[in-house]
Amino acid sequence: MNAGAPRKSGVDVVVDGVSLAYGANVVLRDISLDIAPGEFFALLGPSGSGKSTLLRLLAGFNRANSGQVRIGGADVAMLPPWKRDVGMVFQNYALWPHMTVAENVAFGLEERRWPRARIRERVREVLDLVSLKGFDARRPGELSGGQQQRVAIARTLAIEPSVLLLDEPLSNLDAKLRAATGLELKRLQRRLGITTLFVTHDQQEAMTIADRLAVLDQGVIQQVGTPRELYDTPVNRFVAEFVGSINIYPARIETGADSHFVVAIDGLGRARVPAPRVAGAAVTAAAGGRAIAAAFRPHAVRVVESAVADDLEFDAEVRTTEFLGEFVRHELAAGAHTVVVDLPHKRFSEALVPGMRARFAVSPAEILVLDDPPR
Amino acid sequence: MNTAVGAARGGAASAPGVAAGGVWLLALPVAAFILVFLAWPVATVLYTAFADGQGGLTTGHIEAFLSLSLMREAFGNSLIVSLGSVALATLIAVPLAYLTVRFEFRGAALVQTLGVLPLVMPPFVGAVALQLLFGRSGSVNLLLSETFGFRIPFMNGLNGVVFVEGLHYFPFILLNLVAALRNIDGAMEEAAQNLGSHGFRLFRRVVFPLAAPGFVAGAALVFVKVFDDLGTPLVLNVTNMLAPQAYLRITSVGLEDPIGYVIALVMVVFSIGALALSAQITRGRDFATLTRGGTSLRKRPLTGWSAVFAYGWVVLVLALVLSPHFGILLLSLSKVWSFSVLPEGYTLQHYAVVLTDSSRMIGNTMLYCTLAAGIDVVLGTAIAYLLLRTRLPGRQWLDWGASAALAIPGIVLAIGFLRAFRGIELPFIGGALTASWVAIMLAYAVRRLPYAVRSTVAALQQVHVSLEEAAQSLGANRRRTARRIVIPLMMGGILAGFVTSFITAAVELSATILLATSESQAPLSYGIYLYNQSIATRGPAAALGVIAVVIVALGTYLSHRLLEARAGGTKIMVDTE
Repeated sequence: MNAGAPRKSGVDVVVDGVSLAYGANVVLRDISLDIAPGEFFALLGPSGSGKSTLLRLLAGFNRANSGQVRIGGADVAMLPPWKRDVGMVFQNYALWPHMTVAENVAFGLEERRWPRARIRERVREVLDLVSLKGFDARRPGELSGGQQQRVAIARTLAIEPSVLLLDEPLSNLDAKLRAATGLELKRLQRRLGITTLFVTHDQQEAMTIADRLAVLDQGVIQQVGTPRELYDTPVNRFVAEFVGSINIYPARIETGADSHFVVAIDGLGRARVPAPRVAGAAVTAAAGGRAIAAAFRPHAVRVVESAVADDLEFDAEVRTTEFLGEFVRHELAAGAHTVVVDLPHKRFSEALVPGMRARFAVSPAEILVLDDPPR
Repeated sequence: MNTAVGAARGGAASAPGVAAGGVWLLALPVAAFILVFLAWPVATVLYTAFADGQGGLTTGHIEAFLSLSLMREAFGNSLIVSLGSVALATLIAVPLAYLTVRFEFRGAALVQTLGVLPLVMPPFVGAVALQLLFGRSGSVNLLLSETFGFRIPFMNGLNGVVFVEGLHYFPFILLNLVAALRNIDGAMEEAAQNLGSHGFRLFRRVVFPLAAPGFVAGAALVFVKVFDDLGTPLVLNVTNMLAPQAYLRITSVGLEDPIGYVIALVMVVFSIGALALSAQITRGRDFATLTRGGTSLRKRPLTGWSAVFAYGWVVLVLALVLSPHFGILLLSLSKVWSFSVLPEGYTLQHYAVVLTDSSRMIGNTMLYCTLAAGIDVVLGTAIAYLLLRTRLPGRQWLDWGASAALAIPGIVLAIGFLRAFRGIELPFIGGALTASWVAIMLAYAVRRLPYAVRSTVAALQQVHVSLEEAAQSLGANRRRTARRIVIPLMMGGILAGFVTSFITAAVELSATILLATSESQAPLSYGIYLYNQSIATRGPAAALGVIAVVIVALGTYLSHRLLEARAGGTKIMVDTE
């Protein structure tokens, strides 16, 4: 079925130095983004990070104090929402309760003064596209949460917007439906080739669906990259902690070389960390006498009997174990520090019980050195 | 995250680039209406109370007022009657509220429905019926003196006013108190019990303080309503109170008599004072502690003597509450009813008289109230939109201004109309504004505007901003969004506001009585008052009263249905997962 096939190719979205403040309350600071045509892009951040504000700015519901927003090359700053050709799916779906499903979907087309017959046909097409054939005459209140969401998407897709904005599209669905719907969304987006921005506070959701993402905190973009880049090489402590779980400790650079830095990690030991794993900001901070930190993921920790050269090695006592299904999470006491370790179920986990002491190691390639600004 | 989609949210935050011109175009007529028809007349009244006639100010009129013993007496009586009515209403309402919320009480829903019934009948209509049932020679006292040889002076002088008003206005306390009690989270009480509190101490230290704001709000409303009521004292022939004195001063001494204005001043000060005091007391104490998913106070079973007492009390109160309705119906059907327990013969003739002679009055009421309620909902919708969806500077003042009418007694507004619009000719129709039905209609619109504003503001608060944003992002501009999304979704609230304004205007008497200058332009409520002036036409008066009650009852039912439909409409927006 090619009913919803792309009729116009995706356009690019450029955000250039945008700032927004309500009085003294700065919500967005100097935001710049470059989103490619057809890209599925996520804005990820905790609540209050400004991600929804940025999305609403693109839709025309907020206005920037400075900076530029270009959609398909055209500056949209002065355009009201109804002239932007940007489709937005609201977190609460915002389906009009006084209209049927078909009337909801037809709304945008009626505003565009399409002839009736074409509207009817188009409504049928998009409802088909979201697998809601035969739901035309229902009211939104008679639908399940998942169905309501699909109506909201159909209503937006009906007008063939050049950019699709999704505000926490999965947050109102239950856990099981969430994963399936996320993949469904991605498939749909791929097929239509429509540039899509997607706001979420759930890092897992963002990582599984998005091509690239931007992590926001306190109105500032912390990092932009593919899910893999953000996970493997977060540029700062915030991103490292926000994307996945991580152990972070105060650290010191003892010696630096072109290929390696010898890093002393407080209370755990020393490691020869490869240069690409040491963030530029950390080197600058260390040179300036400011705090830096070393970090590694819980699954990077191994139980060892004999040492491997260059590894970070430490003894620790198992405090608690927590069975999480695919893996077992252990909390270790290493001196004054707590280390979280994830070990695959049925491989090593049985061996470690609370109270037991063991030796652990982390390969230097798994260690990240970041600057650690005071919060 | 926000899953309750129907929940209100600060909407103004999302209105960038509001076309300032359009907003002012909407705001100016609203502001003009409030200024011209509310602020200006009231200001005129207050100014006249201090004007020395030569353009200067004087406190001479106030001194004159204070030096008149009749005025001091009237002032004292008004206070006594208002406080007495609050006390009587409290006595009726508090047990009813507590019993029905607190205990497993069969017929609790019935009590709460019947408890609203008095509001369906204008108090001055009920006064006539109560006179017949509880008066010196009324049914109850006749029975008492025949069997026991004594009478109870229910209706003597001020007693009668207190009795009628307390019986009429107790629902204000009941409704507020029940709402407050229902909003108490059962966990509040359980926490206190867990810490060792029980019995009366539990009630005194936890339950009552949590519900107190509801009680205070209701009691203040009763005080103001009674203090301002003109119809009841006039019908009961009690003239030594403030409202009747103001009326008599203006109608007998004349529009130039400064004492009338001083009385009006006192009434305004006390109305505003009582409402301000209640706002002051309840401020920051809106203890709506019931959270989503929480449960209200646990109901307990009633046992033994407490059950007997409870049901006995409820039956007694309900009998009292229904007696005006019963009495007025009986009177409207009776051939002769005086000095007897029940009428001596029945007839439908009063209805025939009313429908032939007074159909004009019914028509007038329909016309004035439809126009007034229409003006109210148009203004109300505009105020709601300006308040919640724009950042117009001073928009809050429109809301406050419109709501201020609540604190202005009808007689004060009427005096203000007469004084401020003296000599103003009506455009097109011709004739003096103050002598025309237009003045009555406008007074209704001003007095009932607060109801329409509350109703439309509540309706718009229910409409989540994202519903409008969705329309805008799909290509609908501000005007189209209003027409296709906002107004349809508000419609339930708009209609409910219309009905509320309509029915409360239909039984308005305090302003009507001064502004109705001829029988041909008199509405229903004035007709009832007029017919009640002589014994001969009491039957038709009762028939008119029944008609008024039916109109109000139908309207009340209709507005409940509309609000239910609206609640249903928003319910479907709540996440169904």
